[in-house]
Amino acid sequence: MEAARGTVHKYGDNVDTDVIIPARYLNTSDAGELAQHCMEDIDRDFVKRVRKGDIMVASRNFGCGSSREHAPIAIKAAGVSCVIAETFARIFYRNSINIGLAIIECPEAAREIAAGDTVSVDFDSGLITDETTGKSWQGQAFPPFMQRIIDQGGLINYINSESD
Amino acid sequence: MSGMTMSQKILAGHAGMESVRPGDLIEAQLDLVLGNDITSPVAIKEMEKFTLNSVFDRTKIALVPDHFVPNKDIKSAEHCKCVREFAKKHDIEHYFEVGEMGIEHALLPEQGLTLPGDVIIGADSHTCTYGALGAFSTGVGSTDMAAGMATGKAWFKVPGAIKVVLTGSFQPWVSGKDVILHLIGQIGVDGALYQSLEFTGDGVAALSMDDRFTIANMAIEAGAKNGIFPVDEKTEAYLSEHAPGKTWKAFSADEDAEYDRTVTIDLSTLEPTVAFPHLPENAKTVREAGNIAIDQVVIGSCTNGRLDDLRTAARVLSGRHVAKGMRCIVIPATQQIYLKAMEEGLLKIMIEAGAVVSTPTCGPCLGGYMGILASGERCVSTTNRNFVGRMGAIDSEIYLASPAVAAASAVAGRIASPEQL
Repeated sequence: MEAARGTVHKYGDNVDTDVIIPARYLNTSDAGELAQHCMEDIDRDFVKRVRKGDIMVASRNFGCGSSREHAPIAIKAAGVSCVIAETFARIFYRNSINIGLAIIECPEAAREIAAGDTVSVDFDSGLITDETTGKSWQGQAFPPFMQRIIDQGGLINYINSESD
Repeated sequence: MSGMTMSQKILAGHAGMESVRPGDLIEAQLDLVLGNDITSPVAIKEMEKFTLNSVFDRTKIALVPDHFVPNKDIKSAEHCKCVREFAKKHDIEHYFEVGEMGIEHALLPEQGLTLPGDVIIGADSHTCTYGALGAFSTGVGSTDMAAGMATGKAWFKVPGAIKVVLTGSFQPWVSGKDVILHLIGQIGVDGALYQSLEFTGDGVAALSMDDRFTIANMAIEAGAKNGIFPVDEKTEAYLSEHAPGKTWKAFSADEDAEYDRTVTIDLSTLEPTVAFPHLPENAKTVREAGNIAIDQVVIGSCTNGRLDDLRTAARVLSGRHVAKGMRCIVIPATQQIYLKAMEEGLLKIMIEAGAVVSTPTCGPCLGGYMGILASGERCVSTTNRNFVGRMGAIDSEIYLASPAVAAASAVAGRIASPEQL
């Protein structure tokens, strides 16, 4: 699995899936359309600032609330390559892996990384490096099956590829 | 080796294992897989990618268009059409069309589709509601729903648990909603992350089934994987009415089950409670709330749209009128509840009091339609989330409360309990 590298967009505690993708846009399931409204109610300019490969960093309980898979779909389609947080809400965690969005828990990194820093994440080792400050942290490494799910673009493709 | 919690025993049984420990990764057989009009279309799209595009059991899937129905716009109509066509193609037994439907988490127990000891996943975070009946049920996303529909299985990390001991019984106008808002206020919105909330204690017997549904429903608002109640005489009475002739198995926690922590709540000490914007953990008693003027009241949702809730609201509204300029929106959660509320005269009381009554829908709870807030507006709502922008404009505000407090607030024009009227 390829390492992630990009500019950081930083958020606080309890970022819920309603602000990640408001329900007024849930009458579509088109990833590109959802991406256009990603983070709209918490960070109106996010979609203008975000560049392919960028990294999202947040504090506790990221992705709490509704089970809408549209939330990680919107983040992934907006171009984000990885989300780092102190903790994730469990449904969001599961959904992210299932749709092929890399996501990693590391409380120290999540606290110390600042908005605008350039950060890289090596998924084989779980090493998170803040290239702006030179600091690095050991996050949880992705087990091979999880790396394959993300490489395949999600759980269904992975199940299909394993049963071939 | 120590014993297992109720949730752990149900999971072990469905994984064909003697015992499980917190943190174990297991694969469990599913008794029911659920989806709605928002999450199912995504799951159906995923299903179509499967090499083997068929469902594991057409009788163990429930499809309930309820969020944006009757269709609120063309895009929603297309989603509902997608679900309807999938249900037809796979001959899904439990597909509920407008006219038969209700809000999923009120409807499925009412239809006898959720039973003690079941393992249930649903592509809706409030799937944890069925824990009220002693089932292990949890919310998942659309991809898990797709995999569940295709294989009849799901993987789980076995959760540890918080033991919530309930004692005593309620003061007047206090109900299940006050219990769960108080608990979330105490442990926080991530207080039970990855854990079960297992309710126990002699106070459980004092709770109606509708109280238990409300409490289990909001377990997710504390971050919990599931919330679960023991099976007792009230559960059995509910099942003999709603699931006659069906067989089920009641599980109970082992005497020596290990819990991560214990929280005790004396029900007699609780007061009518309100969660302030913008998190369910911002709980205050109504007495502490101060003078908060409001524009709208919503009484409904998978949390509080059941018959007990409507009876309580009607008791408060009877002989009174909502405040001048107040919009009071009542949404019975299912067609059956709607009909019973009509037969009991509850709807007449509400309409005479100046409320409007809607067909069953999740509608305003998630800012879909049927009661969207303009900027700066405030709503007291019996729903489950008061996140930023959840019911409309990003600078609108939602105050979560029980049907008693919501109805009293509609009359007072500000946050109030029935005793303050």
